[in-house]
Amino acid sequence: MSETPVDAAEVEHVAELARVDLDDQEVDAFAAQFAEIIEYFDALDEVPEVDTDAELVNVMRADEVEESLDQSEALQNAEETEDGLFKGPRVS
Amino acid sequence: MAHNAFITEETIEGADDGPLAGRTVAVKDNISTDGVRTTCGSAMLESYVPPYDATVVERLTDAGATIVGKANMDEFGMGGTTETSAYGPVENPVDTDRVPGGSSGGSAAAVAAGEADLALGSDTGGSVRNPAAFCGVVGIKPTYGLVSRYGLVAYANSLEQIGPIARTVEDAAALLDVIAGPDPRDATTRFDLDEDAAADSGSAVTHPATDADYAAAADGDVDGTTVGVVTDLLEGADDRVVDRFEAALDDLRSQGADTVEVSLDSLEHAVQAYYVIAMSEASSNLARFDGVRYGVSGGYEGNWNESFARAREAGFGEEVKRRILLGTYALSAGYHDKYYKKAQDARAWVKRDFDDAFERADVLATPTMPVLPPELGKSLDDPLQLYLMDANTVPVNLANLPAISVPAGEANGLPVGLQVIGPKFGEEAIIRAASAVDA
Repeated sequence: MSETPVDAAEVEHVAELARVDLDDQEVDAFAAQFAEIIEYFDALDEVPEVDTDAELVNVMRADEVEESLDQSEALQNAEETEDGLFKGPRVS
Repeated sequence: MAHNAFITEETIEGADDGPLAGRTVAVKDNISTDGVRTTCGSAMLESYVPPYDATVVERLTDAGATIVGKANMDEFGMGGTTETSAYGPVENPVDTDRVPGGSSGGSAAAVAAGEADLALGSDTGGSVRNPAAFCGVVGIKPTYGLVSRYGLVAYANSLEQIGPIARTVEDAAALLDVIAGPDPRDATTRFDLDEDAAADSGSAVTHPATDADYAAAADGDVDGTTVGVVTDLLEGADDRVVDRFEAALDDLRSQGADTVEVSLDSLEHAVQAYYVIAMSEASSNLARFDGVRYGVSGGYEGNWNESFARAREAGFGEEVKRRILLGTYALSAGYHDKYYKKAQDARAWVKRDFDDAFERADVLATPTMPVLPPELGKSLDDPLQLYLMDANTVPVNLANLPAISVPAGEANGLPVGLQVIGPKFGEEAIIRAASAVDA
């Protein structure tokens, strides 16, 4: 049994955080599957702390205006636009 | 169209000449094509038309290739059988009752069926190598940073690379020659600063592909090469797969290769670490699908959050929802240290184990897939079982290494793939070793 049991309420909570609506059937199916998958993930507990030696460097370019999409191209896939802007639902 | 390998069949002509003139290429449908619909196998993007080309697409057409269509795939690359596509499953051309593997199943099936000479796939945890193995063709997952991801719709961007699929090692390597190189539009492509060159010519950027000739490396010469056999990844494999794998090793030894056994303790945790990292990155990357700028709209009823949640319920399939939710869980308050941070430790451990293994061997070998291709319709009911099928491919992505899958004969009439793994930017070494298997 997992140390972090997953039930329907937990699935609904995570679905809300992730902004994905689910129907009741999906919630029940996911609760059962998540319990099994997360129990499997719990074995990560045995992994020791490991130091990483990141050898990465940032790659910068000069801060100059470059070619980009024009406004109509950027908007071409939007469901609705208004005055050259994306139209979204109200925020609250 | 045969095998449902393509989501969109549309021709994009390339330049008149170049190294790929006269060759046809299938492009996985998560790689952006200017003016040609790019769905990622998802209902979310059913009518999405990119306003620009991915860098690899520009490189293909500049090299003279003709793109023949956008290949079917698991939705957003999430799957190993190409059955999670919103456009229906792909058949394996070798046995049409079986899956072609995934997630680049359409790309591999198109090449195996002769509908394209070459294909591009993307490999986040095996998605080029798995379908190459199951369809009996060759697939390469390049070192992270060798090939530009600009225009690749992200699933788990710290893990994925675009890679070639072809019927021979030499053809796959020739396609890699075309797509590899630095890209100012993808800062994760490798940039090496050559200060001498900068002083001489003003051009300071070099890249591992600058002086490489991958196609020429397919010379079949393994005499004196030490091949490390990763014993941990044989234990859980199907006996019929292991038999073919051992026979291929015998053949390499007869050509002058030496084999040594290597064992990597960290691999026990690789699948867990991979899925925690991939799902966490997916939960963040796929947050862009809000139904406002592109994709299925959630309408204008209620507030932003409600509209967003409706768009995503309608647009995403079950596996995508599963991974977004599990990733959100792994990153949520109270669980971040327990899952995501531990997974990063495991990732560093896997890298270190591979570094140690390459002290003893030039390249490593495993079966690409531990099983033969499953029958269509039998895999999706048990997601955990499906994740475990990726045991041999995901460690390579965690360590950012290059690997190739090459056909190693058949068992029960079904293809078996052998995977050769190389050190960072060791593409020529894995191509050389794989070309000896191919011969």
